Amino acid sequence: MKSLAELKAIKEKMQGQVGVRSNDHAGTRVVVGMATCGIAAGARPVLQLLSALVQEKNIQDVSVSQTGCIGLCQYEPIVEVFNKDGEKVTYVNMNEDKAREIIDKHLVRGNVVTEYLVGNV
Amino acid sequence: MFRSHVLVCGGTGCHASGCGVVFTALETEIKKAGLEKEVGVVQTGCFGLCALGPIMIVYPEGSFYSLVKDTDIPEIVNEHLLKGRVVERLLYQETVCADEGIKSLNDTGFYKKQLRVALRNCGVIDPDNIDEYIGADGYEALGKCLTEMTPDDVIKIILDSGLRGRGGGGFPTGRKWQLARNLVPDADQKYVCCNADEGDPGAFMDRSVLEGDPHVLIEAMAIAGYAIGADMGYVYVRAEYPIAVKRLQTAIEKAREYGLLGKNIFETDFNFDMEIRLGAGAFVCGEETALMTSIEGHRGEPNPRPPFPAQKGLWGKPTVLNNVETYANIPQIILKGADWYASMGTEKSKGTKVFALGGKVNNVGLVEIPMGTTLREVVFEIGGGIPDGKQFKAAQTGGPSGGCIPMSLIDTPIDFDNLIAIGSMMGSGGLIIMDEDNCMVDIAKFFLEFTVEESCGKCTPCRIGTKRLYETLDKITSGNGTMEDVDGLQALCDYICDNSLCGLGQTAPNPVKSTLRYFRDEYIAHVKDRKCPAGVCTDLLTYKIVDEKCKMCTACIKVCPTEAITGAVKQPHFIDPVKCIKCDACVGKCKFNAIIKE
Repeated sequence: MKSLAELKAIKEKMQGQVGVRSNDHAGTRVVVGMATCGIAAGARPVLQLLSALVQEKNIQDVSVSQTGCIGLCQYEPIVEVFNKDGEKVTYVNMNEDKAREIIDKHLVRGNVVTEYLVGNV
Repeated sequence: MFRSHVLVCGGTGCHASGCGVVFTALETEIKKAGLEKEVGVVQTGCFGLCALGPIMIVYPEGSFYSLVKDTDIPEIVNEHLLKGRVVERLLYQETVCADEGIKSLNDTGFYKKQLRVALRNCGVIDPDNIDEYIGADGYEALGKCLTEMTPDDVIKIILDSGLRGRGGGGFPTGRKWQLARNLVPDADQKYVCCNADEGDPGAFMDRSVLEGDPHVLIEAMAIAGYAIGADMGYVYVRAEYPIAVKRLQTAIEKAREYGLLGKNIFETDFNFDMEIRLGAGAFVCGEETALMTSIEGHRGEPNPRPPFPAQKGLWGKPTVLNNVETYANIPQIILKGADWYASMGTEKSKGTKVFALGGKVNNVGLVEIPMGTTLREVVFEIGGGIPDGKQFKAAQTGGPSGGCIPMSLIDTPIDFDNLIAIGSMMGSGGLIIMDEDNCMVDIAKFFLEFTVEESCGKCTPCRIGTKRLYETLDKITSGNGTMEDVDGLQALCDYICDNSLCGLGQTAPNPVKSTLRYFRDEYIAHVKDRKCPAGVCTDLLTYKIVDEKCKMCTACIKVCPTEAITGAVKQPHFIDPVKCIKCDACVGKCKFNAIIKE
């Protein structure tokens, strides 16, 4: 490496990854149900994709974590998004494509993707 | 990319408590569960809460597991990492609330009042991964200095920040750099040195920085090199720090590979490289002139100052020598500005200071606090108080060069000048807490024993004076002292302070001076009453059996190695003071607390 620009490039690549290690949970929380039912229905690739995209795009103040059984096993994989004030929306029957949409529309642009919400299935 | 990061503390403290097997178990179990592409495991530097090691944190949840055993790992992997169910019983119990679930680490007593500047990356990044350091703004300050600032700009910002040397003396760092830059204008060669010969008993913050964030030192030394006009740096680190040496060596090699050390750094004409020199364990080599003599390859002995290193240092060339913690602050000051740094701390002591909290306190470990925090906050809030409901007696700061602070001064805001005013000193930041069971004369004797061992012998006041001090203290603690001895101590202390060649001798009597000042009654008790109030000095103790408590079970008789206790079942027991060797075996054996020492 010779230039400052190269240093900045490494920094940008790493920032999102090191950013996972924050004790400050004030921002948006994305939570994926990862109990046995969730895993069986395919929650792991969804979780993995959500986490990777948030880091790759370095989306600020968003954490992606997992939780136990949310209680609606037939609608798994389930993804809940809590905003800064703790209000949540629940997406059901998730898959990787839908997860990608949620990243783009909800987490980046702030528009809830209503068609995947639990009330609309 | 990993969805979850498991950070395992890989500091020396956690190594001692077994983080190695935990780390291996974690890697095995994660593989077994097929999570190796989803969960990343990182070995970091010290988290600070060494008393509760091995420690690990799982992100993004921020779950803080303490006292982790390798047998706990399958549960953590299968429950937490796979299914997202935090294993509450293994969490640091301070983070578990009865009603509202799990607290953030920053809200616990130990971390709440801390402010991490020098230690900001310790326990957060992988010290062996330069990319993670860069991701945490690493080497940006060096880039800024080289491309946007003149050496004088750099010195000015360090001067304005008010940063003072963290090695003990508290000399303004910017002033030191300015002298090294200007004092010898036509110098053909200059050097940057780092003092990582952390020898104070109980102090380990420099080790933690080297183990947890070695690149910060490389970056800061390169900045210092740019500021004073040096192209070579030496880190003098003690050989007793194998993990630190290894990580620093890896970091230096990585930095060279990335072109952050070497020629034409960031496409400028600035060249800088550095090497490690290992210290062989002499305490005096922490003194700057002795340290440089040792780097040159000679026997580590101090030289009179002046000339100061800024004028004539390593190999007779102008040299800047700072300690690790001082350097660890530099990149942050460059990036965030002098005003930011100067906004923390007290009027004459800016910023934060790391303390190694040890002794009779619940949360033994490493803490970084803004200057001006009171000792009471450190001991009772961050430190979690004194174990077993005992009373606080004194805090010892500055190791063998420092002094004891009594209860009456516990509300003193900690900074360089306040500590000197009350007869102690900052030192490198060892903070040893003592309770009612510590004898202050014995503590003074302990530190003198250390300085007698470590005196290099070059000058007479230190070589013979500390020995005489030790002998007098020994006489007092063995019950043969006189009041003339106590009075003579003070005069001898003053003589050694005034006449020794280097800082080691000049400060060696401080433990005696401060205990004489605040705990003179204990000295008098040893001399006049022939008693040790804390029950430590065995020569002054007599072991007795309290008849009302004794159940006449003969347990003590069986354990006594010298047959000093007479009696039989249901017959009164007696200890013969002539035969008793005060080994404490009977006290440990008696279930009824019937044996007392007075």
